[in-house]
Amino acid sequence: MAAITESSAISYGGAKEPGLLGRLAGAKTALQANEAIWGYILLTPWIVGLLIFWIGPILASAYFSVLEYDVLSPSKFIGLENYIRAFTGDKQFWPSFGRTFYYSIVVVPLGLFGSLALAILLNQKLKATNFFRTIFFLPHLTPAVALALLWVWLLHPTVGPVNTALGWIGIDGPGWLTSKDWAIPALILISLWSGVGGNGMLIFLAGLQGVPQELYEAAEIDGAGSWSKFRNVTLPMISPTLLFNLILGIIGALKVFTLAFVATNGGPSFATWFYALHIYRQSFEYFRMGYGSALAWIFVIVLMAFTYIQLTLSRRWVYYAGEKD
Amino acid sequence: MATQTQVMPGRTTALSTSSQSIKRQKVLQIILLYLLSIGLSLLFIFPFFWTVSTSLKALDELFTFPPTWLPAVPQWQNYPAVLNRVPFLLWTWNSIYIVALNTLGTVLSASLVAYSFARFRYRWREAIFIITLGTMMLPDQVTMIPQYVLFHKLGWINTHLPLWLPSWFGGGAFAIFLIRQFIMSLPRELDEAALIDGANYWRIFWQILMPLCKPVMATIAVITFIGTWNDFQRPLIYLQLRELFTLAVGLNYFNTLPEMGGEPMQALLMAASVMMIIPVIVLFFVAQRYFVQGIVLSGIKG
Repeated sequence: MAAITESSAISYGGAKEPGLLGRLAGAKTALQANEAIWGYILLTPWIVGLLIFWIGPILASAYFSVLEYDVLSPSKFIGLENYIRAFTGDKQFWPSFGRTFYYSIVVVPLGLFGSLALAILLNQKLKATNFFRTIFFLPHLTPAVALALLWVWLLHPTVGPVNTALGWIGIDGPGWLTSKDWAIPALILISLWSGVGGNGMLIFLAGLQGVPQELYEAAEIDGAGSWSKFRNVTLPMISPTLLFNLILGIIGALKVFTLAFVATNGGPSFATWFYALHIYRQSFEYFRMGYGSALAWIFVIVLMAFTYIQLTLSRRWVYYAGEKD
Repeated sequence: MATQTQVMPGRTTALSTSSQSIKRQKVLQIILLYLLSIGLSLLFIFPFFWTVSTSLKALDELFTFPPTWLPAVPQWQNYPAVLNRVPFLLWTWNSIYIVALNTLGTVLSASLVAYSFARFRYRWREAIFIITLGTMMLPDQVTMIPQYVLFHKLGWINTHLPLWLPSWFGGGAFAIFLIRQFIMSLPRELDEAALIDGANYWRIFWQILMPLCKPVMATIAVITFIGTWNDFQRPLIYLQLRELFTLAVGLNYFNTLPEMGGEPMQALLMAASVMMIIPVIVLFFVAQRYFVQGIVLSGIKG
């Protein structure tokens, strides 16, 4: 984070000694002390918010995860039993993890590819670019609940337009959200439709627009074709954007909740019972707050591991133009 | 992928025939790009079209095969029928006032905090800022349970307080970060000149920086508005009483409502969905510039 440059203009009257409070705030003169104290005063709401809504809950959550706790009755310390139960005794733990991975491993690369392709299309400087950008973006704005409801109807096994269209080309469409095998592919389809034109596409578009035109001109003089320009100029130049979207994409996909909750409620027969649904039901339907916290912590560790792996691997493929070799 | 063939000006006369074919190729390419864009647009628009069309269908038209594109006679009364079936207007009001309080709280408190981070020097500032950014990486699942327990102890379950009050405590890391970046891009001389003229920090913030920050405030306001309007999981956890629902949980409740006399409700559900989607889309069209800017900034500078 860029540090603020020392301002030299305000040095008059700085000879006075700062008070105790000012010295605690790191000030050397009375004026600096005044500034520091005001800084803290303005920061107060966030300090309180940070403690009540972030740091406190993080500590509490870690503590709950070693308790048996249902809010109403007194808690009981049970050590690592919640974690042991998750890994060995919970019938839906591994399957829900597996489903979440299956979903993510398809949605993330396809979503990235789709967003990038749309961004490239928008970057061709057609006259109606703004219009198309808005259209591609609309699904992303749709509230997830409404999105789920309208796709349940679009994917209706008999009278849905999707299966009707498949019927025209002689394909007997599957039961989609009502079928055990097709429910996750259906959710993947919905996510892609609603997500490829969203934030990821806009960020890619900004990245593409930031590639210096001279690089393309130089590549053309060297006789590069369009694929070679894409591979050797565009991709390296937008690789930081790619990494950003990849990390956000993975986190977003692993957290999938509302879509599955509304469209299928985890069914049919647990086919779309994702990990976030599992945490939700354990915590807020069965009120197993201790167990839910343990599940949440396992989730955080998996997410952090993923992000760490991504950042480590990224050293090999992400190119930062401002960085010296 | 587009082949960006460029003709060098000095050589056009020598290569006039081939430059003509290049031009033709370019026109063809633009036509193809337009066709592709239009095709994709249809793909993105069609589900909305289908939702609106379904929302206007009569009961017996819902399950005909093959489905009809447009309702034979548009059933406009489906929309008022939603209001009779569920307390839709009440839910809309709940959503509106939670969104308003949330947006106001986020913009006001985040800008104060951002001002502090951007313009004041004090001990631990950088450390607190790093922690602030760190909260963006943490999934909600971790803080959700303890927050629920906290609000439970305060007796705030089945009230709207958990849904808007937290935003008045700094408004969240994303808002703080975006406004801080914006303030840092404003010349510091503005503050210093005002300070020498005898303005205090409060006046500098309120009369000098705030007016300049309007674009970033609009961005935060639009993003918060849409995020709160669409939010599902938090109202789902905190609200169990029907009359307290926001539109998002209300719509889900409507969906799970047992069918009355086996009569299909898809038309009403779609009508309710349309009514929930429209405000977001209208807002987006009005404030598109700010919205896009905010997302792009977060991507580039994050």
